[in-house]
Amino acid sequence: MSSLADTFRDEAGELLQELEAALLALEENPDEASLVDRVFRALHTLKGAGGLAGFDAVAELCHEAETVFEEVRSGEQHLDRELVSQALQAKDLLRLMIDAEFGGAAVEPARLAGMLAAFRNRLAPTAVAPGAGGFLASGAGRGQSTYRIRFRPGPGLFRQGIQPQLLLGELCRLGEAVVVAQLDHVPPLDELDPEACHVYWDVILTTGEDENAIRDVFIFVEDDCELHIQLVDADGLVDADGDYKKLGEILVERGDLPREELEKFLAEKKRLGEALVAAGAVDGGQIESALAEQERIQRLRRERQAAEVSDSIRVKSERLDKLVNLIGELVTVQARLSQLANGREDAVLLAVAEEVERLTWELRDQVLTIRMLPIGSTFSRFKRLVRDLGEELGKDVMLFTEGGETELDKTVIERLGDPLVHLIRNSIDHGIESPEVRRAAGKPAKGRITLSAEHSGANVLITVADDGLGLDRDRIRAKAVERGLIAPQAELADRDIFNLIFLPGFSTAEQVSSVSGRGVGMDVVRQAIESLRGSVEVASDPGRGTRFVLKLPLTLAIIEGLLVDVGSERFILPLADVEECIALTRAEAAATHGRNLVNVRGEIVPYIPLSEVFSLGGERPEIEQIVIARLDAGRVGFVVDRVIGEHQTVIKNLGRFYQGVNGISGATILGDGHVALILDLPQLAVQAVQLEQAACR
Amino acid sequence: MAKRVMAVDDSATVRQVLQMTLEGAGYQVVEAVDGRDALDKLGRTTVDMMVTDLNMPNMDGIDLIRHVRQSPGNRFMPIIMLTTESQPEKKQEGKAAGASGWIVKPFKPEQLLAVVRMICPA
Repeated sequence: MSSLADTFRDEAGELLQELEAALLALEENPDEASLVDRVFRALHTLKGAGGLAGFDAVAELCHEAETVFEEVRSGEQHLDRELVSQALQAKDLLRLMIDAEFGGAAVEPARLAGMLAAFRNRLAPTAVAPGAGGFLASGAGRGQSTYRIRFRPGPGLFRQGIQPQLLLGELCRLGEAVVVAQLDHVPPLDELDPEACHVYWDVILTTGEDENAIRDVFIFVEDDCELHIQLVDADGLVDADGDYKKLGEILVERGDLPREELEKFLAEKKRLGEALVAAGAVDGGQIESALAEQERIQRLRRERQAAEVSDSIRVKSERLDKLVNLIGELVTVQARLSQLANGREDAVLLAVAEEVERLTWELRDQVLTIRMLPIGSTFSRFKRLVRDLGEELGKDVMLFTEGGETELDKTVIERLGDPLVHLIRNSIDHGIESPEVRRAAGKPAKGRITLSAEHSGANVLITVADDGLGLDRDRIRAKAVERGLIAPQAELADRDIFNLIFLPGFSTAEQVSSVSGRGVGMDVVRQAIESLRGSVEVASDPGRGTRFVLKLPLTLAIIEGLLVDVGSERFILPLADVEECIALTRAEAAATHGRNLVNVRGEIVPYIPLSEVFSLGGERPEIEQIVIARLDAGRVGFVVDRVIGEHQTVIKNLGRFYQGVNGISGATILGDGHVALILDLPQLAVQAVQLEQAACR
Repeated sequence: MAKRVMAVDDSATVRQVLQMTLEGAGYQVVEAVDGRDALDKLGRTTVDMMVTDLNMPNMDGIDLIRHVRQSPGNRFMPIIMLTTESQPEKKQEGKAAGASGWIVKPFKPEQLLAVVRMICPA
C-alpha cells in the first residue's frame, strides 16, 4: 500500500485540476449554480483529506476558500471576476504547498497569510466565529462527586443502531456505578412493539469526572432521549452530616412519587418501600434505585467523616497569643545578639549567635503555624446562609467549597467572615439568575457558588465565584460617569471598569433589596480586606459569572519591611507597598519650587518629605532618597535620609493610648534595642492631600 | 471473527485513513467510493457497521443512510456519519435519516476509534 502522503498527493492533484476546470468554466458562466457546487465540493474534499493526511495548512486555506464559496452558494456573496482569480491563485498556492512537502521549494509564510486574509476579508461580518474561551472553570472535577442519572431513550433507539448496554458500559467506566433498569413503562404484550425501546435506566455514579464527561457518553442520543443528571453528593458539597435523605424524599425529588402520596403513606407507619410497592404507587425498580443512591451516599459520607477525625489538642487562644508575643521578643533579642557578635572578632561567640539565629527563625515559623487554622470551618458556616438567601430571593443555589484545608492566621480568619458574607450575598442577589432565566439561557437551573482557598507564595488567595449573569460593563461605566468617578471620555480596560464597584457609594442595583444593594457594600468589603493588609479584585465574564479574588497575607504578626533613617529616627515602610527607591539631590528639590513633584522616567510623582510630616529637625543630607510606593491613589514618593535595607518586622501594637494615631500602624523593636515606627503609607498620603487642600483655602 | 466496517468516502485519502486506523484496531474494512457503490456492495456482503461521508457525488451520505435503514437486514446497523464543523444542519438531517452518530472531520485516529469501539466493540 502506498503511504498516506502519496495517496493524498495523487488525490489532491486530481482535485486541484477539477477545481481549476470548474473555476475557469465559472468565469465564463458566473450564474451557473452547478459550477459553484463543483468548486465547493473540490475544496471541501481537499480540506477533509488534507486535514486527515496532516496537511494542516492546506486544510486551513481550503476551509477559508470553502467558507466564501458557501456564501456564494447561499446567495450571501456575489461572485465576481476578482473572486475567481483569487481562487485560481489559491489553487496555485495549494499546489506549491503540497509540492513543498515532497521536496519542492518552501512556500513563504507571508504568502499563505496574505491569501488567508484575502478570503477572510470577503466574509460577511456575521460569519466570523466568536472567540471561544472564558475563565470560569467549573468547580467540580477535583474530588469525587456522585450523580443521579436517569436515561430514558426514545422508542426509536434500536432503529438508530444504538445498543444501550454499550452506553451504560461506557458510563460505568467513568467511576463506580450502580445501574437499575426500570421496567414500569413496558406495555402489555399485545401492545408491545418489539422494535421499540420501553426500558429506562437509573444510574448512581460516583466519579472524578464532571457533568460534561457524563453528557459526552450520551452525545449521540441526547436529542432523542430524556437525560437527567443531578449532582447529589460531592466532596466539596457542604452537607456533611453522615445521614442522607430519606427514601421518600429521594422518590419525590426524582418525580417518581407526588409529595401528597408520600405523606399519605407515611401516615400509615409501615415500612415505606413495601407499602408503596404493595399499593402500586411506585415500581419495585424505582425503590431499588432510590435505595442504591441512599446507601452509596451514606457510605461515602461516613468515609469522608472518618478521614477528617485526627489527633489534636485544644489550647486556649490567649496562650498562643502570649507565645507569639514572646517569640517576637526573642527575635528582637536574637537580632541584638547577632549584631553584638558581628561587632566582636570572637569566632566562638559568632558561631553561637548564628546557631541561636537559626533556631529562633525555626521556632518563629513553627509558632506561627500553630496559630494557623484551616479555613474550612468558616466556609461551612456559609452553607446555611446560601440556602436561606436562595429561598428568600427565589433562587436555586448550591455552595461548593475547595481548599478548605488551606491554613490562615486565626485573626485573619476571624475578620474574614463579614466580607465573605457580603460577597456571597451579592452573588446570590445580583449574580445568580432565577431558575427560569437560567434555563432560558441554557444553564443548569441550579446556580452554583464556589468558595475556594489556595496558597500563593506568602499569601492565600480566596475566591468567591458564581456562574451567574456577570457584571454589566456598560452599566457600571455609566454609573461611574454619573457619579463623577470617571471622566465620560475615559478609556478603561474591562478590568478597571469592574474594579470601580469597590469605590465608596457605588451601587448599580436599580432596585434596592433587603439582602444587598444599599450601596454601602463593596467599598466596605475592600476596606475590611485592606485592614488585613490584603487586596481584592474582581473579574467577570458576561453571561458566565463573576469572580472575586481576595489576596491575604498568611499572618499578621510579621511583615517584610524596608528600614529607613530620617534624622535621628528610624521607620519601617511595608515592603509590599514599595516599588523602587531613587535619589533626590538638593538642587532637584529646589527646582520644583516647593511643589514636591519628581519626574520618574517621564511620570510626574508627588512626594512627601517624612522629616516635615514628623517635624524632625536637623540637617538634611545633600542627597536624600525617595521611596516610591504604589498606592491605590497612584504612585507616591516618601523622602527619607537613608535607606538601610529590608527588615523582617515583628509587629507590636502601640497600645490603647496611641492606637488612633494617623499614619502609624504599629512599632517594632530593632536589633540594637531602638524602637522603629511602622508607617501606614495610604493614610500618610491621604493626610498629605488634606493638608494641601487646607493650605489652599 | 473480526467485525466488518464499511468505509464510504469519495476521497481516497479519507478512505485510507479509515482503513489504516480501523484495521490497526482489529476491524476488517470494506471500502466504497460513494453512496451508490456502498449500496451495491451492501447487497453482496454483510457488514457490522458503516462510516460514511455526507458530501459525495452520485449518491450522498444522507440518501445512503435512508436507503440502508429501509433494507430489512440493516435496520439496526450502527451508522456513523462524517461531518464538518461548517455543516451543523447536516447533523440534524443525518439523524433524521437514521444515523447513529457523527464524527467531525478532520478527526484524530483515536477519536474515530473511541466512537467506533463504543458503538461496535471489535
